[in-house]
Amino acid sequence: MSTMLEVRGLAHRYGAGPDAHVAVEDLAFTVAKDELACIVGPSGCGKSTLLRCIAGLIKPSAGEVSLHGDRVVGVPDDLAVVFQDYSRSLFPWLSVRGNVEFPLRTRVGSRAERRARAQEALGWVGLSDAANKYPWQLSGGMQQRVSIARALATRPALLLMDEPFASVDAQTRADLEDLLLRVRRDHGSTVLLVTHDIDESVYLGDRVLVLSKSPASIVADLKVDLPADRDQISTRGSSTFVELRTEIARLLHDRQPAPAEPAPAAASASSSDELAAERFLAAEREEAHQKTAT
Amino acid sequence: MRPVYRNLIGLAGFFLIWEGVGRVGLVDPTSLPPPSEVAGTLVGLLGQESFIRDVIATMLAWLIALGISIAVAVPAGLLLGSLPWLRSSTRVLIEFLRPIPPVALIPLIILTIGSGPDAKITLAFYASVWPILFNIIYALDDIDPLLLDTARSFGNSRARVLATVALPHVAPFAYTGLRLSAAIALIVTVSTEYLAGSQIGVGAFIIDEYIAIGGMDEVLAGTVVIGFVGYLVNEGLERAGNRMFRWSDTTRAEALT
Repeated sequence: MSTMLEVRGLAHRYGAGPDAHVAVEDLAFTVAKDELACIVGPSGCGKSTLLRCIAGLIKPSAGEVSLHGDRVVGVPDDLAVVFQDYSRSLFPWLSVRGNVEFPLRTRVGSRAERRARAQEALGWVGLSDAANKYPWQLSGGMQQRVSIARALATRPALLLMDEPFASVDAQTRADLEDLLLRVRRDHGSTVLLVTHDIDESVYLGDRVLVLSKSPASIVADLKVDLPADRDQISTRGSSTFVELRTEIARLLHDRQPAPAEPAPAAASASSSDELAAERFLAAEREEAHQKTAT
Repeated sequence: MRPVYRNLIGLAGFFLIWEGVGRVGLVDPTSLPPPSEVAGTLVGLLGQESFIRDVIATMLAWLIALGISIAVAVPAGLLLGSLPWLRSSTRVLIEFLRPIPPVALIPLIILTIGSGPDAKITLAFYASVWPILFNIIYALDDIDPLLLDTARSFGNSRARVLATVALPHVAPFAYTGLRLSAAIALIVTVSTEYLAGSQIGVGAFIIDEYIAIGGMDEVLAGTVVIGFVGYLVNEGLERAGNRMFRWSDTTRAEALT
């Protein structure tokens, strides 16, 4: 398999001097063509900074990013990003079709061709009938499907997704996860997906890269040994899945820096790693739950 | 009941009270003639060529002033909104000019420009340029950075992002500014005709009628015409805006009420 994305010695700091905040430190990894790699890490660990560096939206302080062998300077042409906040990343003045055609304006000369490609991409996400609607007329899950269609319509060499399903309710989230797996299987896309949700990273990924707390560096690079056909119930119940997510939870937990203040009694009483991992998972689920509730 | 009729209830009530206070003798009917009498005068006026010419003169001055305001405020707003150094270097000047009431400039204008149509156009422009200008500046400040990032992530240059994201984002705000400006420009046009002693225009008609014959019914009829024109303009702009900016939060919220 050929390498699609290569990240070498990537570092990024905000500000300068002693006050500088180091968001990412000496990151290196590759993503192979047609692979779906998930990056999982605690909230605020610098995942979004990493993604923005890869997308060329910010210039990293050090290191380099190559896409199919070409060094990334500025925003690459054949890359697309899906952001978490669909309601803020869709253009409200454009119809669903207009939004999907937006990136094609600079890429495809013919109007008819743009329209055909937008319609095709909307078909992939099951929104063929919503082309003339406006974003505000759609539910959150449908809006995120529009932004996925918009990204796919450009036929990107690499699709970057920044917590794409973190702002929808649990059922929609499961649907969108399955939609991503299906679209990606049918159209052979290379995807790098950032999430804070351990279960999601295992469920979606061919590989999971575990990130440490800020400044982000890679703690583990795990292959997900699950069949390509996955489903929400049996895959999540399988022993491979459970083992992997427990391992990731433990990795993430071990890398947490020691709390500055004395931890609450319940936390300090924990002696076994097993217990700590369970607690981390519970907290993780709680966080996910709160996100969907708001 | 349809909203149109419900809206008219308030107006009808107002006319009834106006009619009532004259009838029961609360006010002297020569200083406040009842609406029935004013309506009669109004119908007569609408048949007079000179009055129609006054209305046209006022509307024309108003339209020209508004046109100049748009032509100045849109590019100036876009420049000031996107170039922080330009904005900070003009801030004090703008904040000094803006609060000056346009009518306070009438003596200056009469001395420099005279009391012809140029005078009222200049003042109406001066008064109505601000809402459009400031709405554009604030709207540019208010663009969601994620929207800009989205456009950039698809490989658009800075200039293209400005054209494809900033302009459509700003449009409904600029339009709201235009609606405010339209009302202000009409008020200032008529006031200037009135205060600067213009030869022609509804404002000139009102003051002439009052000074010459003390005809309060003519004065009120002229006032009603201006009120009606203002209402039509605002209603027209609002409807057109709701149609054009259906996607915008602000117009959508208004459309629901």
